Amino acid sequence: MAQIRIENVRKEFGAFTAVQSSTFTVEDGEFFMLLGPSGCGKTTTLRMMAGLELPTSGRIYIGGEEVGMKRASERDIAFVFQMFALYPHMNVRKNISYPLVSQGMKKAEVATRVAEVAKILRIEGILDKPVGGLSGGDRQRVALGRAIVRNPKAFFMDEPLGALDAEFREHMAGELRALHDRMGATTVYVTHDQLEAMQMGDKIVVMNHGVTEQFGRPQQIYDWPATKFVAKFIGSPPMNFLEFDGMIGVGGDSIDLSGKKVKVPASREGRAGSLTLGVRPEHIRFVDDSAYRGRVIAVEYLGTTQIVTLDTPNGELKARTPSSQAARADELIGLDFDARTLTLFNAETGRALVSEANEGVLRRG
Amino acid sequence: MSSYSVTEPSARQKWFAGTLVVLYAVITILPLLWIIGTSFKSPSDAIAYPPKTFFQPTLEGYVNLFTTRTRVTEEQLKQMGEPTTWYDRLVRKDGLIIAGPSRFTERFYNSVIIGFGSTVLCIVLGTAAAYAFSRFKVPLKDDLLFFILSTRMMPPIAVAIPIFLMFRSLGLNDTHAGMILLYTAVNLSLSVWLLKGFIDEIPIEYEEAALIDGYTRFQAFYKVVLPQAATGIASTAIFCLIFAWNEYAFAVLLTSGTAQTAPPFIPTIIGVGGQDWPAVAAGATLFLVPVMVFTILLRKHLLRGITFGAVRK
Ligand SMILES: Nc1ncnc2c1ncn2[C@@H]1O[C@H](COP(=O)(O)OP(=O)(O)OP(=O)(O)O)[C@@H](O)[C@H]1O
Ligand SMILES: [Mg+2]
Repeated sequence: MAQIRIENVRKEFGAFTAVQSSTFTVEDGEFFMLLGPSGCGKTTTLRMMAGLELPTSGRIYIGGEEVGMKRASERDIAFVFQMFALYPHMNVRKNISYPLVSQGMKKAEVATRVAEVAKILRIEGILDKPVGGLSGGDRQRVALGRAIVRNPKAFFMDEPLGALDAEFREHMAGELRALHDRMGATTVYVTHDQLEAMQMGDKIVVMNHGVTEQFGRPQQIYDWPATKFVAKFIGSPPMNFLEFDGMIGVGGDSIDLSGKKVKVPASREGRAGSLTLGVRPEHIRFVDDSAYRGRVIAVEYLGTTQIVTLDTPNGELKARTPSSQAARADELIGLDFDARTLTLFNAETGRALVSEANEGVLRRG
Repeated sequence: MSSYSVTEPSARQKWFAGTLVVLYAVITILPLLWIIGTSFKSPSDAIAYPPKTFFQPTLEGYVNLFTTRTRVTEEQLKQMGEPTTWYDRLVRKDGLIIAGPSRFTERFYNSVIIGFGSTVLCIVLGTAAAYAFSRFKVPLKDDLLFFILSTRMMPPIAVAIPIFLMFRSLGLNDTHAGMILLYTAVNLSLSVWLLKGFIDEIPIEYEEAALIDGYTRFQAFYKVVLPQAATGIASTAIFCLIFAWNEYAFAVLLTSGTAQTAPPFIPTIIGVGGQDWPAVAAGATLFLVPVMVFTILLRKHLLRGITFGAVRK
């Protein structure tokens, strides 16, 4: 078990920069998510941590020890590949014991360890089967078995549920998280599914185009996104952006949105020019007496709640409201935003302005 | 995953397809059966007209293949007393005695050494090159691969004269090493390309998993990659062997004594003591055996290999 620290790690493939100067820390025993859209450099980051790829620059520490230039086999970690990479010419038992055999462990001890792992994963029944005929879930378990049998310092998993169908993913996600809670091993988990990241992760790093956009606990990232990218990537439907030209001074706690004064958390930095007001759908209320109005375009019924799409002077937005609240197409509705939850973004850079509400999250690094 | 629709063929379609396959098999097998049959005929049965389908089998052809014989007078025959072995008896019927062994065994042995030697060399070099091309950053990779392929763009025999001169000045003429090198050079491009295709199909994650599990690159190669490339290696080996085994033109040109292989030798049997077709047929029959045995041994892999990865695992 170990803490993992990434410092200014950068990876170039020829002229192309896959990862630009990433810095974050995975605490001992944490379930850590690397989240981002396809091609953003998640796999590359993970592979550098595992030693399958050498960083162009930067440092990687596992358990306080610099491992940047060490071989994968010397880092004492286990890797679960997206397609599991079970050796097709070996049966389940051989696959699981393979990492132990390489260490020259005695046969009897290997057998005990494999039996233990099989029990944890409930795969005792398939130990002597060839891996070819296994179901997706069983393959997943065997791949996990091969990872945990060695008792490594850390687990790295690259979209380990990606090959499973939606229904089973959820089940395996639960199983995986339960397994982690039982073993308490440091785990770095790559996914492009924000929901999976939010549900399973102790902490999340959000990446985009090789850049680490934000790093923190799921709720911090959801509530106080550091950039418009993060705000848009996380949440379903994502955060609404209301674009406007205006200004806010240091300490200012309101903005002028198309003639309506909107209260926001007291700002710690000033900005004049193009701004974006970020509002989560569930923080919009329908109030008849509001001067800020939107025309209903569509209503999507979801049971207890509904998603109402409105056209406002500052662009389209989606509100999540109780289904009991009537909203009909073409109706003009007065809107009110929950002042404590709003984030202002510099529309040019896409960065969030630091306010009294989000400074705790954003200033921490 | 590939998707294709399958409709169960009707009974008539199956019957039709079955007939076609059997017909085709008969057409291809018939000449082979005829050769094998001829090898058990007596010389006169072999040239009988109309051809004889049923005949009294004899091992004369095989005896003639493995021996040289001389004609002796009746008196000399009498002086020699009774023949001591069945093959002695067989040749004395025609007023001949066995003078000694023929060169067939040597030639056959040469074929085995050169055929299997060049196949092994081809597979070893080909697998190493294909693995490097498949897994590592090789400068000018595409150009090199194209160059390797281009060595097959004209028939090898087109460069027979330069090779002949080269072999003569290098002292490789009529040597096992020379023939092994030559057949390896001819087959290597095929072997590199085929094997690269097969190795490309093996996901690199298997090796990476092995590397993380504490194996060295080389261990990962032979414990993880090789077993999975077995299919490709088997089919490539068969292609290489069949070429080297059957090659005739270079063998005629570059070998005459020590390293002569069976293909140029078998026709020379015709000249020894008249047109001895059963002996030629016996030589051809025995010549077929090693490739057939080799192919049957590797058949299991071959079936999957010949599809060249068209079937997703
Ligand atoms: N060996 C390589 N050579 C060149 N470019 C590479 C290499 N490996 C990755 N890349 C590029 O680096 C970028 C990041 O790749 P990476 O695999 O890390 O993305 P990812 O976030 O894991 O995406 P996905 O969700 O699709 O797996 C991609 O644009 C990819 O094309
Ligand atoms: Mg990836």
